[in-house]
Amino acid sequence: MKIVVCVKQVPDTKGGVKFNPDGTLDRGAMLTIMNPDDKAGLEAALRLKDQYDAEVTVVTMGLPKADEVLREAMAMGADKGILVTDRVLGGADTWATSTTIAGAIRNLEYDLIITGRQAIDGDTAQVGPQIAEHLGLPVISYAQDIKIDGDSVIVQRQYEDRYHELKAKMPCLITALSELNEPRYMTPGGIFDAYEKEVTVWGRPDLKDVDDSDLGLKGSPTKIAKASDKVRKGAGEKVTLDTEEAVAYLMGKFKEKHVI
Amino acid sequence: MGLEEYKGVFVFAQQVDNVLDGVAFELLGKGKDLAKDLDTEVTAVLIGSGVTGLADELAVYGADKVIVVDDPELKDYRTEPYAHALASVINEYKPDIMLVGATAIGRDLGPTVSARVKTGLTADCTVLEIGDFPINPVAGQEQKHNQLLMTRPAFGGNTIATIACPDNRPQMATVRPGVMQKIAPIKDAKANVIEFNPGFTPDNRYVEILNVVKAVKNTANIMDAKILVSGGRGVGSKENFKLLEDLAEVLGATVSCSRAVVENGWLPVDLQVGQTGKTVRPQIYFAIGISGAIQHVAGMEDSDLIVAINKDEDAPIFDVADYGLVGDLNKIVPALTKALKEALAE
Repeated sequence: MKIVVCVKQVPDTKGGVKFNPDGTLDRGAMLTIMNPDDKAGLEAALRLKDQYDAEVTVVTMGLPKADEVLREAMAMGADKGILVTDRVLGGADTWATSTTIAGAIRNLEYDLIITGRQAIDGDTAQVGPQIAEHLGLPVISYAQDIKIDGDSVIVQRQYEDRYHELKAKMPCLITALSELNEPRYMTPGGIFDAYEKEVTVWGRPDLKDVDDSDLGLKGSPTKIAKASDKVRKGAGEKVTLDTEEAVAYLMGKFKEKHVI
Repeated sequence: MGLEEYKGVFVFAQQVDNVLDGVAFELLGKGKDLAKDLDTEVTAVLIGSGVTGLADELAVYGADKVIVVDDPELKDYRTEPYAHALASVINEYKPDIMLVGATAIGRDLGPTVSARVKTGLTADCTVLEIGDFPINPVAGQEQKHNQLLMTRPAFGGNTIATIACPDNRPQMATVRPGVMQKIAPIKDAKANVIEFNPGFTPDNRYVEILNVVKAVKNTANIMDAKILVSGGRGVGSKENFKLLEDLAEVLGATVSCSRAVVENGWLPVDLQVGQTGKTVRPQIYFAIGISGAIQHVAGMEDSDLIVAINKDEDAPIFDVADYGLVGDLNKIVPALTKALKEALAE
């Protein structure tokens, strides 16, 4: 079985967000991580590798620096890494990102493609289903459990108030939720091996069956009209008191505000 | 075909188990505003099996027309027959604007359909308006009028971006539930129904539903709650949520939570507040043991009054709280519950 996993390198927002003096995001000062949903997707693929001896290929699109996220994936146990990077691919919206990744995946053999449900920087959840659409595959989004059954997958697809147990013939595309699993750590041997293994770098000419008009900023139907930092309401009062005083303080405020 | 042939505001009227989702009415409310600005109509697209009877309800909330795609293949939501239905409606009726709720269904259907009809899609919008693109004239670039300007939080809520889709139609957006306002019901309104069936031929993309497992419905809708008592990782365990339940009971409030709590399996996902959960704006929001990651704050910062209790005085939740208590929630919450109980008994 061959599995392709799509991952994205994203800024780590857990450690707090850093701002430039002018109020814009200081991306350079923020650490990067493998997008959490993608990491769960990778873990799901690695478990299938453990169980069925699947071959796991990790694909990412980004700046040359995104090589790091592929090394991490290989240190966790992925077999191959493919970095899709090219200046003409920059500024892509979800449409142009999905055409790019679909163009890369057309060069690969696969039974299963796994992406994360969404990335923590854009939060759109669009690229996975759009890749499936370009490749003519069934898509199962929001997977909270994945099993293999012969030539099919059986997946629990999460909704707000229920889940559907779905069966799809492979090849198909699944988008993974973080809740799917607890991703494994890199091993020292894995880290060593990861830097021995080769990352394949693909540019525009390596993308299969994609028009230039569907790539990069120019190929993006959505355009940014304006972007600004969110104006937040300022912090209110913060007090450090012992329990009794803290409760008295809050009760006072509630009375003041006619809450009680 | 020219873009000017695309007309009207269309709204995907999501239903599950033949009950319309609240977001359908919210989208109709917003769609009506947009249609007024464009001097056009708002049309609901109702997709399902045996759903024609729901059309009048859509008229009550403002739909000028209801396009109904009714077919046994469409009984429970599956990406493929639904995407085929909606894409076929778009290709046949050519709307200028297509709105879809940013639900677990809409965030799957929207991207699939947008890729199929080859147009842009803006996710999780919180503001929609009609305007010019570019917003200000730019030398050497045509300024287009009557464009849908779609505003959404990006980067976990730290930046706000306004997006246009000037060269493709329809202009598509998914819209966050709970943000747009439905209109006051138009009593006894009857729908102007258009039946449409593009035909459904199962292929490799039709997945099979083996089982539908509904979560036990013991949870109130946190989006409707006047007071939310919300807990995070700092609560420590599923069992310790008892402290929050006790506080909620005294106040007639509802318990909600952050993403970490759902990931730990302490509470179900329908109680999750934040970017990947629900957007709430109660009168009072208690953030207890919640650090205040931007993804969480994005979902609750418009609450009228925010009370934060956290032992870490540097927790970012204090940056949005009206009243912040630095201390041990295990002591403060029960003491507060007791004090409120006594005060309310008076």
